Amino acid sequence: MSSQSTEQRKGTTGATGVLDAPSPKPQSNTLEEDRETLLTIFRQMLLIRRFEEKCAESYSLGKIGGFCHLYIGQEAVGVGAISALRPDDYVLTSYREHGQAIAKGISPDAVMAELYGKATGCSHGKGGSMHLFDAKLNFLGGHAIVGGQIPLATGVAFASKYKETDQVTVCFFGEAAVNQGAFHESLNMAQLWKLPCIYICENNKYGMGTSLERAMSLQNISEKACAYELESEYVDGMDVLAMRHATQRAVKRAREQSAPTLIEARTYRFMGHSMSDPGKYRTRAEIEKYQERDPIKLFTATLIENDVLTDKGIEEFEAYIKEEVEHAARFAEDSPEPEPEELYTNVYAGEW
Amino acid sequence: MPEITMRDALTQALREELARDESVFLMGEEVAEYQGAYKVTRGLLDEFGPKRIIDTPITELGFAGLGIGAAMAGLRPIVEFMTFNFSILATDQIINSAAKMLYMSGGQFKIPIVFRGPGGSAYQVSSQHSQALESWYAYFPGLKVVMPSTPADAKGLLKSAIRDDDPVIFIEQERMYGMKGDVPDDEDFIIPLGVADVKREGTDATIVARSLMVPVALKAAEELEKDGVSCEVIDPRTIRPLDLDTIIESVKKTNRVVIAEESHPFCGVGAEISAQIAERAFDYLDAPVKRVSGVDVPMPYAKNLEQLALPDFEKVIQAVREVSYL
Repeated sequence: MSSQSTEQRKGTTGATGVLDAPSPKPQSNTLEEDRETLLTIFRQMLLIRRFEEKCAESYSLGKIGGFCHLYIGQEAVGVGAISALRPDDYVLTSYREHGQAIAKGISPDAVMAELYGKATGCSHGKGGSMHLFDAKLNFLGGHAIVGGQIPLATGVAFASKYKETDQVTVCFFGEAAVNQGAFHESLNMAQLWKLPCIYICENNKYGMGTSLERAMSLQNISEKACAYELESEYVDGMDVLAMRHATQRAVKRAREQSAPTLIEARTYRFMGHSMSDPGKYRTRAEIEKYQERDPIKLFTATLIENDVLTDKGIEEFEAYIKEEVEHAARFAEDSPEPEPEELYTNVYAGEW
Repeated sequence: MPEITMRDALTQALREELARDESVFLMGEEVAEYQGAYKVTRGLLDEFGPKRIIDTPITELGFAGLGIGAAMAGLRPIVEFMTFNFSILATDQIINSAAKMLYMSGGQFKIPIVFRGPGGSAYQVSSQHSQALESWYAYFPGLKVVMPSTPADAKGLLKSAIRDDDPVIFIEQERMYGMKGDVPDDEDFIIPLGVADVKREGTDATIVARSLMVPVALKAAEELEKDGVSCEVIDPRTIRPLDLDTIIESVKKTNRVVIAEESHPFCGVGAEISAQIAERAFDYLDAPVKRVSGVDVPMPYAKNLEQLALPDFEKVIQAVREVSYL
């Protein structure tokens, strides 16, 4: 059974949980990380925000096709969690994965080129926005069937245990995926077989246009873990250090005891479900309420308060990141399309 | 060469490949302690232990996806479906993950996995437990689909499937597990995927048959021989990749084709083969291609109705007579 207290595991009832807390401050206010780590986290969050803003611009110019799901508002979840991993740990995620791909180390150039459908993209132009991969970085994809990555991640963790490595696997998914059988089947097997998998539910409160209240009978997602005797906790997903620390606890459990964990990160997406979402299912006022707890704003305040960052420092980061993102867009623009022959490659591994 | 059942031939293939490669493991419902619902995995738990022979909960989508994830991370899983009827729950993972991973990752993640188990018609188990699903899986680029018709083929093809770097759907006919035949006990005996086998040579008509329909076609050919009609029986063995060249060569020789299959005719493998023959060998045909398929209804329970729903050698004989204008 969970070692968390019942109260802690249950969290607040209802969908919004910690985000309805009156204080705009993050949960964590003592900094145990060194300056370099803190600034790396800050830089990644800001890079992802600016990268996604550029994506929105490029999408509206028709340079990015298909679906495009932006991560704006949720940066603390991916960055905080991935900052707790070793480079050889695995990450699998959903289709809202540009930010997590960058946090795992894929260059903005390779991500943007993929979105532009170019040969230099991290999936060589065959995956697009929803299917970013990098085998060398153990980023095992963006998967675009809701919940589809959850059994896959469970299998990757199974392989680590089978091969007796101490790698852990992190699996991100949205709260709507929790209603899929894949989630429940996976958690059952993960605990049954003690697999080193960390399931991170990014609860942004909407599955496309359907609110959690309209889709889930028991809305406290972290509580569902008790059905499978998994350790679980809910975290303020707007607080990057809280995400990092929760993931560190789960990583320790996975690496040392080969035990799975469910983390519910309560967050919010500031943009639509995808670029084509008119967003009529929620009010401007609701979005603005959550924007008061913008994860980058919160973390900036923490860093300034603790003398890690100055206004001038922020300006320097902004300038550097602006160039990094512009470079990514230029790189994508200038890169060649895949050769027509590539249509027929990679269907099978061997010749046939 | 020892004569053994198809069941034992499959067990041999599993045992040899498990012994050959540590990264191979087998999982599925009742495969370990129960020794397999159809006893194909009998003895493997004792020999290889619970790390490599794994009983799963009844959670087909979950363990199919888990297997695919394990393959992404370098293992070579064999996933047994107690029957392929239950694979329907796992199709999201098989189709959306296994079949497409290599492609959508731009060649970075191959999925060396075998999904195997009994399929096709069974004895009086009605609609949900008696159906042929090969055309579903064969539809998708990225998957390979194998259906053996003899114990030797079963062994050689399964060993190839396990060694293959792509996801392979390996459908064993439930009614054929007890069928006996000579099987090489050589551990290096493999049959390459994608190569058809001419099970009987003939000159007057070609019967393309797979799985359970191969012995049916051979029996029909024997009967027809008595009437002076020489039939060639071709078993593609692998539905995807399909060895069309062997089929087309035969058509060019015999000019008449019957396709025998247990599956429903609509959008079936026989329909595809027929279309390919029309495209590639139309001028060689002396009669329209004739399919003998399972009837286009869900499988009934009653014995008499079940028999009516399935093709048999008499229907195959009738079809050969039709294309021969006899």
